[in-house]
Amino acid sequence: MPDTIPDRSVLLDHVTIRFGTYTAVDNANLKINSGEFFSFLGPSGCGKTTMLRCISGFSEPTEGRVLIGGKDMAGVGPNKRPTALIFQHLALFPLMTVAENIAFPLEVRGVSKKERRKKADELLEMIALPGIGDKKPGELSGGQKQRVAIARALAVEPDILLLDEPLSALDLKLRQHMRTELRAIQKQVGVTFIYITHDQGEALTMSDRVAVMSRGVIEQVGEPDRIYNRPRSAFVASFVGENNALQGVIKGQSGETAALETPMGTFEARVGGGRKYKAGDEALLFVRPEQLIPGATENAFQATLARQEFEGATNHVFAKAGENELRISMVNAGLAGSLPGQGESLSLGFAPMNGTILPVGHMASET
Amino acid sequence: MNRNTIFGGAYALAFFSFLFGPLIIMALTAFNSSRFPRVAPWECFTTNWFGELFGNARLMEGLMNSVIIGLGVVALAVPIGLAGALALSELPSKLRSTLYTVLILPILIPGVVLGISTIVLWGQISRGIGAGFLYNGYFLTIVGQITFVSAYAMLVFIARLQRFDATQTEAALDLGATPGQAFRKILLPFMAPAIGSAAFITLLASFENYNTTVFTVLSESTFTTALASKVRHGTDPSLSALAVIIITLTLIGALTNEAFQRRKEAEAGGRASRSPLYANPITRALTHPGVVFAILVAVIGGITYAGSQYDSSQCEAAILQEKLDRQEALRAEQRARIEAQEAEQGVTVPKPDSAFGGAFGGVGTSAPAAPAPKVENNSAFGGAFGGIAPPQTEE
Ligand SMILES: Nc1ncnc2c1ncn2[C@@H]1O[C@H](COP(=O)(O)OP(=O)(O)OP(=O)(O)O)[C@@H](O)[C@H]1O
Ligand SMILES: [Mg+2]
Repeated sequence: MPDTIPDRSVLLDHVTIRFGTYTAVDNANLKINSGEFFSFLGPSGCGKTTMLRCISGFSEPTEGRVLIGGKDMAGVGPNKRPTALIFQHLALFPLMTVAENIAFPLEVRGVSKKERRKKADELLEMIALPGIGDKKPGELSGGQKQRVAIARALAVEPDILLLDEPLSALDLKLRQHMRTELRAIQKQVGVTFIYITHDQGEALTMSDRVAVMSRGVIEQVGEPDRIYNRPRSAFVASFVGENNALQGVIKGQSGETAALETPMGTFEARVGGGRKYKAGDEALLFVRPEQLIPGATENAFQATLARQEFEGATNHVFAKAGENELRISMVNAGLAGSLPGQGESLSLGFAPMNGTILPVGHMASET
Repeated sequence: MNRNTIFGGAYALAFFSFLFGPLIIMALTAFNSSRFPRVAPWECFTTNWFGELFGNARLMEGLMNSVIIGLGVVALAVPIGLAGALALSELPSKLRSTLYTVLILPILIPGVVLGISTIVLWGQISRGIGAGFLYNGYFLTIVGQITFVSAYAMLVFIARLQRFDATQTEAALDLGATPGQAFRKILLPFMAPAIGSAAFITLLASFENYNTTVFTVLSESTFTTALASKVRHGTDPSLSALAVIIITLTLIGALTNEAFQRRKEAEAGGRASRSPLYANPITRALTHPGVVFAILVAVIGGITYAGSQYDSSQCEAAILQEKLDRQEALRAEQRARIEAQEAEQGVTVPKPDSAFGGAFGGVGTSAPAAPAPKVENNSAFGGAFGGIAPPQTEE
């Protein structure tokens, strides 16, 4: 490795990708930093794979540029880019052994057989699967295949590792285990990871930063907690985590907060995305279920308890207030606590900083 | 036992006799010394027909030509078919169906048309560019057959390609392979079984083709055209001997392939699905396809050697003697009858021998191998049926 730390950044410079008249990625403009674990999060069909294939060189952007390590990648084929892609279905070579699979990148670079085997064994050691080099991929379990695919991609010694929903085929327990493992491998090799998923849990727990995509548009880029706590669009607010949405009309704005008049009353809340509203503008108010507090005095309103779903640690309570059904998460206080009964009236409220006012836009369920 | 099983059994029996009956009868006739291929009456067990087959210079030369042409066709049709299949898989779907129709068309065109158009086209070309050497039977037959044989190969490849996961090639490219390396290391190994089958199918298609070849081969002949012209002049059991050889080769191939497939299946499947044969090292070795092949070849080789040593001349001489005796008896009988008539009417008739012979075109002409009294095949009757002489009733 050279003395200077290699530049492993990716810059998407106003990238648009079209298939005929259909725009699969619309004006993506962002920088992924060297050594970062970066996720693209979005519902199925929002253009995540298209974006990844463009970064790895299988397609060229219709407009804009892709820069890797500061170099423009226009006209550079996938075999010449410092990237390695882990496919949605892994694409291990079924006719080769595991060791041959892992050493394939070395084979095509003309490395000797002995050295290839040595490197394959090293990588198998790293993914904690020593001694399976002579098996065929067909003889491995899902999680093992997963790790072999990662080892094979790392054999390229890429600057950027691209992962296309690699965990989606695994069961829940294994998925959780592999999350930790992936994160550990990333820390160990220091390579930039670009990770694609439609599973927000995955994106939030593993990533340094997340880009939320919808209908080909990058809606928001940021750290997981910012994505969750400070959504900048109705889509992000509704797609990441659970949220209650109330429609209303702006009465007035003063700095960071504004007053929104809804059928349930007027509420004070933080303005999302630093926007400016005039009185009379239509807007949406989002409040998280765990931030609606029974008995709170700020932004208080009355609701009737409609039904509840018991889920161990938390209790999901659904309350009707006017036309709206609101979702409230309550921590299970055990036998010492008491839960409200069906049909009971309930006073709810939330801190103004915990409500977010956002412009009207499409929501997650509508995608 | 109920009626259904009886009926089913009878049906199966009828079905299989229909399928294999002709083959079995034909195989048996190869070992009967009778000059005409038949099973009854059985004369002598003989292996001479095999010798006669290999002694037929025209057939053997045709066989050589067929092998040369077949190899040429395989060497060209398989890559062409593969290229066609790959092109089809890469094209957008509208173009694909058009190209598919174009590539498949030669299969639908009658072989005769392909044959004639091949000689017309290449006649023009060779005269046009002054390359007369192109106008020879080998070259024309190879190009003529390729037009449709490569379409067979392409169909085989298309079927296999449909099961190919294109992300495999992408993965190879992404891992740093050049497109050429991705083709050689990923796609070709995947296509290997299909290449084997395509080579086999194209070889067979080339070998057995008659319609196109009979035109394009010009003054040469292939095995098939030589065989056809031989049959036109009447059949004899050496063709049955040929059938026996072909059936035997097919069986060896089929059994070896079966052994290979079973072993592959057993190795792919878990331990539980394996037959106990694979547990014991001796039976395990015995079921190896190579061993199966070697055993079959050894057995057939042994039988062939034993057959080549077998001498049926004594038996044949005895049969010949018997026939001559019977003929003599017939003549004596006839002579006696005529004499009786003469005595009655006092009329002289021509020699009985020539009258009898004239009616049937020469009774008693004796060939050295099987000098049984027989009817020549180029008789008017035989000729009317295209050389397939009907079973004669000369005794
Ligand atoms: N080659 C193509 N030609 C035309 N349209 C395409 C092509 N590839 C993708 N699309 C379209 O682009 C859109 C985005 O596809 P993409 O594969 O990027 O989705 P995705 O976000 O990866 O979804 P998923 O989570 O289901 O994998 C889809 O509507 C798809 O139909
Ligand atoms: Mg995808």
